[in-house]
Amino acid sequence: MRAESNIMAAEIVGVDVLEGDKRRHGFWHLALRSPPIVLGGLMLLIVLFVAIAAPLAFTTDPLALNTSARLRPISAEAWFGTDMFGRDMYSRIIYGCRTSLFVGTSVAVLAVCIGLLIGLLAGYLRVLDAVVMRVMDGLMAIPGILLAIAMVALSGASFTTVIFAITVPEIPRVVRLVRSIVLTVREEPYVESAIAAGTRLPGILWRHVLPNTIAPLIVMASYLCSSAILVESLLSFLGAGLPAEIPSWGNMIAEGRTYFQIYPRMVFLPGLFLALTVLGINILGDGMRDVLDPRISRTM
Amino acid sequence: MLPPNVLSVRALTVALPRGADRRNAVESVSFDVGRGEIVCIVGESGSGKSVIAHTVMGLLPPALKATGGQIILESEELLGASGKRLRELRGSRMSMIFQEPMTALNPVVNIGRQIAEVLSVHTDMQPRDRQARVLEVMEAVNLPDPERLVETYPHQLSGGQRQRVMIAAALALEPSLLIADEPTTALDVTTQAQILQLIKDLRKRLGMGVLFITHDFGVVAEIADRVAVMQRGRIVELGTTREVLRKPSHPYTKMLIASVPSLRPRSPRTASSGRPVLSLREVSKTYNSTSLFGRREPVIALQGVTVEVRRGEVFGVVGESGSGKSTLARCVVRLIDPTGGSIRFGGREIASAFGESLRQERRRVQIVFQDPYRSLNPRRTVGESIIECPVNFAVSEDEAWARARELIRIVGLDQKALQRYPHEFSGGQRQRICIARALSVQPELLIADEAVSALDVSVQAQVLRLLDDIRKRFDLAILFITHDLRVAAQVCDRVAVMHQGRIVEEGPTADVFNTPREPYTRQLIESAPGREWEFGAELATASQ
Repeated sequence: MRAESNIMAAEIVGVDVLEGDKRRHGFWHLALRSPPIVLGGLMLLIVLFVAIAAPLAFTTDPLALNTSARLRPISAEAWFGTDMFGRDMYSRIIYGCRTSLFVGTSVAVLAVCIGLLIGLLAGYLRVLDAVVMRVMDGLMAIPGILLAIAMVALSGASFTTVIFAITVPEIPRVVRLVRSIVLTVREEPYVESAIAAGTRLPGILWRHVLPNTIAPLIVMASYLCSSAILVESLLSFLGAGLPAEIPSWGNMIAEGRTYFQIYPRMVFLPGLFLALTVLGINILGDGMRDVLDPRISRTM
Repeated sequence: MLPPNVLSVRALTVALPRGADRRNAVESVSFDVGRGEIVCIVGESGSGKSVIAHTVMGLLPPALKATGGQIILESEELLGASGKRLRELRGSRMSMIFQEPMTALNPVVNIGRQIAEVLSVHTDMQPRDRQARVLEVMEAVNLPDPERLVETYPHQLSGGQRQRVMIAAALALEPSLLIADEPTTALDVTTQAQILQLIKDLRKRLGMGVLFITHDFGVVAEIADRVAVMQRGRIVELGTTREVLRKPSHPYTKMLIASVPSLRPRSPRTASSGRPVLSLREVSKTYNSTSLFGRREPVIALQGVTVEVRRGEVFGVVGESGSGKSTLARCVVRLIDPTGGSIRFGGREIASAFGESLRQERRRVQIVFQDPYRSLNPRRTVGESIIECPVNFAVSEDEAWARARELIRIVGLDQKALQRYPHEFSGGQRQRICIARALSVQPELLIADEAVSALDVSVQAQVLRLLDDIRKRFDLAILFITHDLRVAAQVCDRVAVMHQGRIVEEGPTADVFNTPREPYTRQLIESAPGREWEFGAELATASQ
């Protein structure tokens, strides 16, 4: 709010109100003072740490069956109890972090890379634009979940299939974002100067257009990540996701469904972790969007 | 008995937030606006003149606070007034009109309703009476055919008409004070002349006081009764127009007035006998709209343009917006493809060139654009921007950097500037960087597309001197596009006047300005504000 009214003030006064604050408006300076970024970042770091350090976090083998210890309640040996196959719930939930983050990050990175390439070309080359955008429109018309289910039915459940199935419906969103940025940047005088200076197309895209897409793409990537984690859980819940042995929060919720009335913790505990992770990523994404807004942070 | 002064400002101080380049936007400012008087506040950007206008209206953003002084509107103190009281006063006792009529009007509401809004907020007039008053006020501002115009939307009107709509809304309740914040800056010179005349007439008819903010001394000379000159938040000079313009006492005022180019064309340089660098024959550009549902009228942006520019010469193209001068510049530099005609650089045809052969020709002509804040990639250092062009044409990086260092010195900036980013520089400095960039590949022709239009008058004078310097140093041909007749008078050797895509008149500057043949040229020159005033600069040097 303060930054916004400073901009207004600057526009009225014609004075560069941020002039003296140049150093203090770099990305990191703003980021570390933004509550959403700090909070979301912290939550995400915790999840990340847990995922990486899973074997060290007092876990046992999440796949180990122990039919003599089925459906045990919370105790000193099994912090979250055991499930219907005797597997330690705590370990499964912790290893579930890995699954979710892996799927989320892969989808985000893949969708952004593919979408960026297509969007740059579609936005800059008018010839491609019409064709590409119609293909994207078609893709957006297909419900993502159904597409995912169909793909899994065709190729069987595995990490690759699931990641691919979640990425494809997200690509049009990235393409639209990149394309709209390219369309505006294309008209900027500095791009015209570069053209007049004889810079060829790849140079224009790499030097002048691409850097303008980075900030919005970082924000979009965070939303893609959280969305992918949720979709993966949903797919697993429907049985069209990862194979049942792989500890995934969605799988656990699916399995716990039958025992929900007697042992609600089997659904609530994975659900809670899922919700907190997605929440953390979303809060981080919101904070990043505010900080990366070019009007407020001049140096980005 | 009405108070003689409509507005009295006493020792007004408005603080800036921490981190700004000075403590106060406006410091200890005092002046009066009498009934039926036009007071101009003139200053460069950042001087604080807009802040005064916004403070009087109570429209300051939260970051700026009035920390001292008084603002008295007809015996009522405004600074401590409640939000409710200020709302009552705005529109009824004091109104404001802004610089950009397109953004000041709501694009989705027709203009009749926008003018009526003032009436419905402040009075209990019946709809029929409101409508009548709206039509009355539209006639008063000389809007043609008010009955029909009432239903139109802002985008269907011209810039001048939109500004009249704003004035109509501002005057609907006959306020005592009209604040005009650069209302004619975004308008063509002929439209500006009409709006200034309108404001003068209305001031006389309604007996209201006008506080007119501007940066243009020509406008000051044209309409002001009294003038206040502002520098960095303070009023440095205050007096009648005659006093301030004829016998300025403060050195800053003297410097500003000296920087305003004179409308009288300078004595011509010895005719340049250089060979022609650029030769345009019958160049035309037509935009055809291909829509699925029937064809719309094609837009003829350029028609039959024939021009020759020689080495060492500055050829000016003047015209109003929509005349085609920018289209012409872009065609020459092949950012746009001309529909017809021939464009030759020193003998080689480029109008129909494409691909690699076109790219090779690009090194012979470079362009400097109008907006210094958008002409440089914000994420690349100044040095990287300057060497981009030579490197494109297989100049080694070492050589390119050497050229960059040389050029940045020539344009008057320090070598360290090469490592900095554009946002660390002012508008004038950025424009110098753009000039250095344009020169990096040693072009034969430099196109300046309104290159000084966005700069303050003192900075403008410096950049124009720089252009003259490099013209001499590199024996450059310059195609100088501008809408500012004063600048054209001082800078150009020959000038062409464009109107609706055609060249209407062409010739040596002195001839075109002193003895214009065409009626349009005459109209253009007569519309220049403050024509009788000489002001300062004969910007070109006497020598060749």
